[in-house]
Amino acid sequence: MIPAAFEYRAPRTVEEALALLAKHREEARVLTGGHGLIPALKLRQETPALVVDLRRIPGLGDVEPLDPAPPSPRAAPPDPFCGGPGRSGGLRIGALVTHRALAEAPTVRSRCPVLAEVAALIGDPQVRSVGTLVGSICHGDPAADYPAVLLALGARVLIASPRGERLAEVAEFIQGPFETALEPDELVLAVEVDRSAPASSAYYKVRRSASGFALAAAAAVVEIEGERIRSCAIGVTGVTTRPFRAHAVEERLVGALCAHGFPEAAARGASDGQSVLDDIHASAEYRAHLAEVCIRRAVEKALSRR
Amino acid sequence: MIHEEAEAVKAPRVEDRARVTGSTLYVDDIPFDRLLYVEILRSRHAHARLLRVDAARARAAPGVAAAITYADLESSTGSFPLAASRVDDLRQPARSFLARDEVGFVGEPVAAVAAETRAAARDALEALEVDYEPLDAVIEPEAALEPDAPRAHASLPDNLAFRLEAGLGDVDAAFRGADRVVRLALQSPRLAACALETRGAVAQWLPASEELILWSSTQAPHLLRSQLAATLQLRESAVRVIAPEVGGGFGSKRSAYAEEALVAILARRLAPRPVKWVESRRENLLATVHGRGQSAEIELALRADGKILGLRYDAVVDVGAYHPSCPAAAPELTAAAIGGPYRVPASRVSLRGAFTNKVPTDAYRGAGRAEATLAMERVLDAAAVELELDPIEIRRANFTREAVFRPPTGVALDAGDCPSALDRLLSACAYASLRGEQEARRNAGELVGIGLAAYLDVCAGGSSARAEAVVWETGGVRVGPAGDVEVFTGTSSQGQGQEAALARIASEILGVPPEVVRVRRGDTAAIHDGRGVAGSRSVAVGGSAVREAARRIDAKLRSVAAALLRVPVEYVERVDGGFACGGRRVSRAEVCLEAHRAASLPADTPPGLEELVHYPARGPISSFGAHLAFVSVDRDTGEVRLEKYFASDDFGRVVDLLRVEGQALGGIAQGIGQALLEEVVYDESGQLLTSTFLEYALPRASHLPLVVCSRGETPSTMNPLGARGAGEAGAIAAPPAIANAVVDALREFGVRHVDLPLRPEKVWRLIRAAEERGD
Repeated sequence: MIPAAFEYRAPRTVEEALALLAKHREEARVLTGGHGLIPALKLRQETPALVVDLRRIPGLGDVEPLDPAPPSPRAAPPDPFCGGPGRSGGLRIGALVTHRALAEAPTVRSRCPVLAEVAALIGDPQVRSVGTLVGSICHGDPAADYPAVLLALGARVLIASPRGERLAEVAEFIQGPFETALEPDELVLAVEVDRSAPASSAYYKVRRSASGFALAAAAAVVEIEGERIRSCAIGVTGVTTRPFRAHAVEERLVGALCAHGFPEAAARGASDGQSVLDDIHASAEYRAHLAEVCIRRAVEKALSRR
Repeated sequence: MIHEEAEAVKAPRVEDRARVTGSTLYVDDIPFDRLLYVEILRSRHAHARLLRVDAARARAAPGVAAAITYADLESSTGSFPLAASRVDDLRQPARSFLARDEVGFVGEPVAAVAAETRAAARDALEALEVDYEPLDAVIEPEAALEPDAPRAHASLPDNLAFRLEAGLGDVDAAFRGADRVVRLALQSPRLAACALETRGAVAQWLPASEELILWSSTQAPHLLRSQLAATLQLRESAVRVIAPEVGGGFGSKRSAYAEEALVAILARRLAPRPVKWVESRRENLLATVHGRGQSAEIELALRADGKILGLRYDAVVDVGAYHPSCPAAAPELTAAAIGGPYRVPASRVSLRGAFTNKVPTDAYRGAGRAEATLAMERVLDAAAVELELDPIEIRRANFTREAVFRPPTGVALDAGDCPSALDRLLSACAYASLRGEQEARRNAGELVGIGLAAYLDVCAGGSSARAEAVVWETGGVRVGPAGDVEVFTGTSSQGQGQEAALARIASEILGVPPEVVRVRRGDTAAIHDGRGVAGSRSVAVGGSAVREAARRIDAKLRSVAAALLRVPVEYVERVDGGFACGGRRVSRAEVCLEAHRAASLPADTPPGLEELVHYPARGPISSFGAHLAFVSVDRDTGEVRLEKYFASDDFGRVVDLLRVEGQALGGIAQGIGQALLEEVVYDESGQLLTSTFLEYALPRASHLPLVVCSRGETPSTMNPLGARGAGEAGAIAAPPAIANAVVDALREFGVRHVDLPLRPEKVWRLIRAAEERGD
């Protein structure tokens, strides 16, 4: 478990980091928390010539409110993950923001409590203190937790390159297992969520017993109008080679009466047409079933928070 | 953990501070000058012919001091001798520390490199050139024993590794006369021991004294010393093995390993530079022995009232590619323990070992007894369902009433007192109210189960299927001229802290506080003989040896005191700080000094205060108890939640309560892992799929419920301390208790059996199959 030799650089600015990537391209790997990269280095699954450590670049560790709308001064609701209804205002989560920072940051807990809920479920305290959201989505593990919630929130990825900055939808950014839309000379600076999530949002995960990664998990972001579901976004991870939005299920839920709970059979076939994972952790059949269970439980949990 | 009774001594756990602050020195932490680092090239194939191993480029790689292959092993015999075994038809394919012309499992050592840094050694592995010709691999043990199976080794005619048959009484008549025969096929899957400290060894050859010193994370330094001396063709006195602090072993560090020989061979070449190899976690999962690996069929012949008339046990043992240096140890214990604490008038036990192209299996906490107890406790529950008996009643009806009894294989065992342990369990868990809770929650639609397991832990390696082994251990006591006390033991430690118990035993006899007693173990130069740590025997047997040595020293101190007091020894009394006769007294310090100075000792009292004892146990030592698990099952996902766990154990007289509690809880945690999570998985070509902790699931704190322990203290009559073994009970009792609870939870679906581990998908499939049948 000793990595092959590599160069190590810790640039102080984004420009320096981009210059290194432009020069070394596929030969370079970027380090933020290292929880994807370092095990791969130790097993020599990755043998890059250069590791570019972003951790000395100032400013990348911040969670910023995306608009000036201040969080409501109302008293904190009883459920720590339950924000007040009707808030607005998004978030920009820098490349070095750790899971722990996300789980604890007041801005995240008020504007996007479901994101804090997800972050708090990742790994263990040591992992959460070092691993980062941006590192996780760039690593592209199809069983990671964030894709479900970022898909449901319609999040975007802020990408820098020598050609300037661009924004990519998370749904496009995640291409497949351990595959993203990132070019070799590009760097993810942040993930942006452009509005606050409704309080009626939730995450439900069935863990793999060894690692705590999702065997199946679903994030549900539910907009409620009166007594009915106005709209709903559901992201699913762990089940397929590429985390996905369960659009068919979402459509079935629109207009449902909240008081009636999750409509019978609404999650059926949620992962139909997808490439479902089949490995030593679980069969495809079981995963497809778990996807339905997780969707139902995530939506029920979300509705219970309204 | 809640304790019902707590009168035993709670000596403080002084060792913990160093451990949690990282100042304990394990093998990899010991500083050495001019150290060389070893890395091992391992087979990528489960079974292949080795056409070529060329180390020339590796030898020329930067920083490399030596790169060796099979051809470089001349300074040794090439392999360890096999320890004696009582099984039949024991066969061992040709094996060497580095593969010669055939590899038998993924992870088998092929070449070794020593270099100036660990990284240089690892890089040089890439420069080794190896050509393999892949051969058919045989992975499943039952398939391996089929006549047309591929052979695990080209040199053997088939894959039979050993046979073990034993029995008692007329079994066939018992089955003919039975009201009911209950049969169950079940698996004890392969497990990885996953000690927190992986294996590791440092070797140094001292040319001036022609002596090898080996520091190793081993459970059995003396056994390793003898094995190394045999293979290196050195006198035993020329090999010194030191087991420093050892961070867990659970049985996996008991046999001698190729890597320990390889560092020794390299150290002789590269003398006087010390040579170190430390196992990575991946190597640990790949190349350290696995535990368990038995598939069995058990049959009970029963009377309608639940009385057992006869038992048949037929199992295939997944040996792996080779026997470990102590072959067939776990299967022998399965045969000895199969009947549990029950009276079984007639029985037949048959175990067959199968070679497969996987890493060898060997002892793992609860070795052999866990497999036996799982089978017996599961089949008893199945019988209870079929005969419509309560699981408690069927056990009560069959507990043996004899103190020492002859279980299926006819070898005497200490039966303990399981009925008392079961009674204590039922009152500790408030059994009736647990059943009430189950009923209420079932009525509300939940799947809730209660499972029971009684066990008899045949400790101390005291019995096998064939004969009662003489169980002995060494113990020594030395008192210096200044009165300081050193205790020597041939047992070792894998971190349990039994040193505290040994110190207490000596301190009580010698009348000194335990803190002044220093315990020395794990060094073959400090004590020349010993059995190491295995089989929950360190206190019962090793402690009895220390006790005897301390008693002899105490007698000697009294006779020296008598000489100083000029009175006959029978008039000498021990008083605080010394000895006295009437109004005259002499201090302990004076007595110790005089024992060494010998200024006025009578002719029949030789000087010195040093005793070494080989203590033989009087007979088999066992512990016993009953455990209960309370589980709920998620109907939609199949996930099992262990909600409550109750343990009622009897470890005999307890010398040191905190460490016994640690053993009890640790064993249960490991048993929970076996029950719910752990399983080594190979694919059909013999590649290990559980080769990191991303795939191999160990129990974590979040998997453990509140555990309520209660404890009896029925003294063992087999040793003067009255101690039994505490190390393995939980790992033996928890798997069947939890399996029985899950089967109970799934009762409405007509589920009769589920194999371990009780992973969600397996449980979900049973539920779904029943729902599809329309149950």
